[in-house]
Amino acid sequence: MKERVLSIRDLSISFKTNHGVVNAIRGIRFDLFKGETVAIVGESGSGKSVTVKAIMGILSSNGFINSGKIDFTYHRDDEVVKKDLVQLSKKEMRQHICGKRIAMVFQDPMTSLNPTMTIGEQVMEGMIHHYGTSRKEAFKKAVELLELVGITDAQKRMKSYPHQLSGGMRQRIVIAIALSCDPEILICDEPTTALDVTIQAKILQLIKDIQKKKNISVIYITHDLGVVAKVADYVAVMYAGKIIEKGSVDEIFYDPRHPYTWGLLSSMPDVNTVDEELYTIPGTPPNLLRQVPGDAFAPRNHYAMKIDYIEEPPMFNVGGKHRVSTWLAHEKAPKVSMPASLKQRIEKMKKEAE
Amino acid sequence: MNKSIMKYIGKRLLMSVITLFVIVLILFILMKLMPGTPFNDEKLTEAQRVLLYKKYGLDKSVFEQFFLYVKNLLKGDFGVSYSILKNAPISMLLGSRIGITIRIGLQSVVFGSIVGVLLGIVAAMKHNTIWDNISTFISVLGVSIPSFVFALILLIAFGREIPIFPITYDSSQPILSSILPTIALSTLTIAQVARFTRSEMIEVLDSDYMLLAEAKGLNKRTLIFKHALRNTLISIITILAPLIVGLMTGSAVIEKICGIPGIGSLLVEAITANDYNVVITLAFIYSAMYIGIMLVVDVLYSIIDPRIRLSKEDGNE
Repeated sequence: MKERVLSIRDLSISFKTNHGVVNAIRGIRFDLFKGETVAIVGESGSGKSVTVKAIMGILSSNGFINSGKIDFTYHRDDEVVKKDLVQLSKKEMRQHICGKRIAMVFQDPMTSLNPTMTIGEQVMEGMIHHYGTSRKEAFKKAVELLELVGITDAQKRMKSYPHQLSGGMRQRIVIAIALSCDPEILICDEPTTALDVTIQAKILQLIKDIQKKKNISVIYITHDLGVVAKVADYVAVMYAGKIIEKGSVDEIFYDPRHPYTWGLLSSMPDVNTVDEELYTIPGTPPNLLRQVPGDAFAPRNHYAMKIDYIEEPPMFNVGGKHRVSTWLAHEKAPKVSMPASLKQRIEKMKKEAE
Repeated sequence: MNKSIMKYIGKRLLMSVITLFVIVLILFILMKLMPGTPFNDEKLTEAQRVLLYKKYGLDKSVFEQFFLYVKNLLKGDFGVSYSILKNAPISMLLGSRIGITIRIGLQSVVFGSIVGVLLGIVAAMKHNTIWDNISTFISVLGVSIPSFVFALILLIAFGREIPIFPITYDSSQPILSSILPTIALSTLTIAQVARFTRSEMIEVLDSDYMLLAEAKGLNKRTLIFKHALRNTLISIITILAPLIVGLMTGSAVIEKICGIPGIGSLLVEAITANDYNVVITLAFIYSAMYIGIMLVVDVLYSIIDPRIRLSKEDGNE
């Protein structure tokens, strides 16, 4: 039996804005197991970042959790502790969870380090704050961390300021900061989006290596399916504040069931594409200021049926870990299959994998 | 402090000396261009006047006079006063006055910046609440009420109605009697610093690195004072220099109102009494202070902001 670290149930989050209340997250559920990686995929505004910010308890002040549970299980001195993070106050989150048990790597390394503090100070800060580590010990551990994330000449770099380092190195520092308190969960919010491609691959590999070494669980947020294929064990596809399809990485990549996932996979650039033009999903995501009747994806869905506009589809179990939220998975729905070009592509992917 | 900063300060000091030299030159030329001589007294005979010219070196060529002037200046000799205190050397006239002006100026800069920064922090943290509005209200008052009006209000309120502080400056109670003028003088500083701190702080609090610091689980106090404040201070230092200059000119009026024997009130006196030599000396002192403050601000800037420090050890991946 795998150990469940995080279990999110029916989480729903709204934001108060000048234009009204935005229902950014509309009831999501997923699990994270020890040592495994869940990738949350979706386009901008689908609610990926909001979800992880809620886990960290750093939602902006106009955001609030309507309902749901975020159950977090961790070990404290050989004792298993289970806590619902939604019920914790901001102060309790700061003292026991943030940075200590759950740490985060942010998107843009160029702006996520404090420009007026040395690298060393920023890496050491968390340990000193949470564990009361002495400065001498913290310094030693920080140097080790910098070496772990592949910073050469770590001792000297401790005294550097962020502006003296390149983007790739800064992201390594951000990862070192996240690891400084030995967290159970590492959340990576598009950690490679702002980096150039060669460095992207290195950072991905680094996160994977560290995960293996420290046996931590990772939540990976990205809109890049190429990244997902490289890092994830499980994938959750988000659209308009809901998870519309989830499953193991093989299930999602080789046997996608939701038309939106088909669209995402088809719009992935590929050197071998026969098509003249890169596929794009037509239309734009719905405005979540308004209640969305039926399936939020229906207006953009080529295969939409009448019921899609009336009632929201439930999660259908399509075998294994694979769940999908589309009426097409209903037994009475007409049989439709993915576009032929995507099918070819998947066949090719499968062959390459073997 | 590292070597590059010391080198930078050295360079700046050298430039300051050159700037001051140019200022002396301009002041000297202005002095020569002024109509009449210091000894226009009708009672003086021609022989006496020649004697006086000889005494003060005014019979020499302009070139020689300039070097004499600079030479005397280097010795701290600014010449003599003509009308305020006849024939008294200006350096004597200034002696005790400079200290008082600088002390009150520093007091109000320190007081004004601290209060201003605190007000700004409160406004930024309680963004869009009643506290924010109160802080903004105080800032608007500070900008719109001239400091001398505020000084009069303070004197009436806390000098006469509730007599806590002496109304005029009392050299036997130098600290107590400087409190009201210090507060009056710092109003503009408080207002400007508070406004700047607020907008800068709001921006800093919204930045990615603050989110990362928050994600470390740090408490609010550490977040504000360790992470946000330093980044906010960088831009506040830039407005501090012009504010201090404003303070110098403001001090002239305040000193006159509160009866403080500083160089500000002396300047007002000298201007009304047409005592050119004193006016020019004070102009020189003000420029020197201004240059000094700019230097201090620039050095502070490079100490607080590591990005300004010159370094050659940039790393690349």
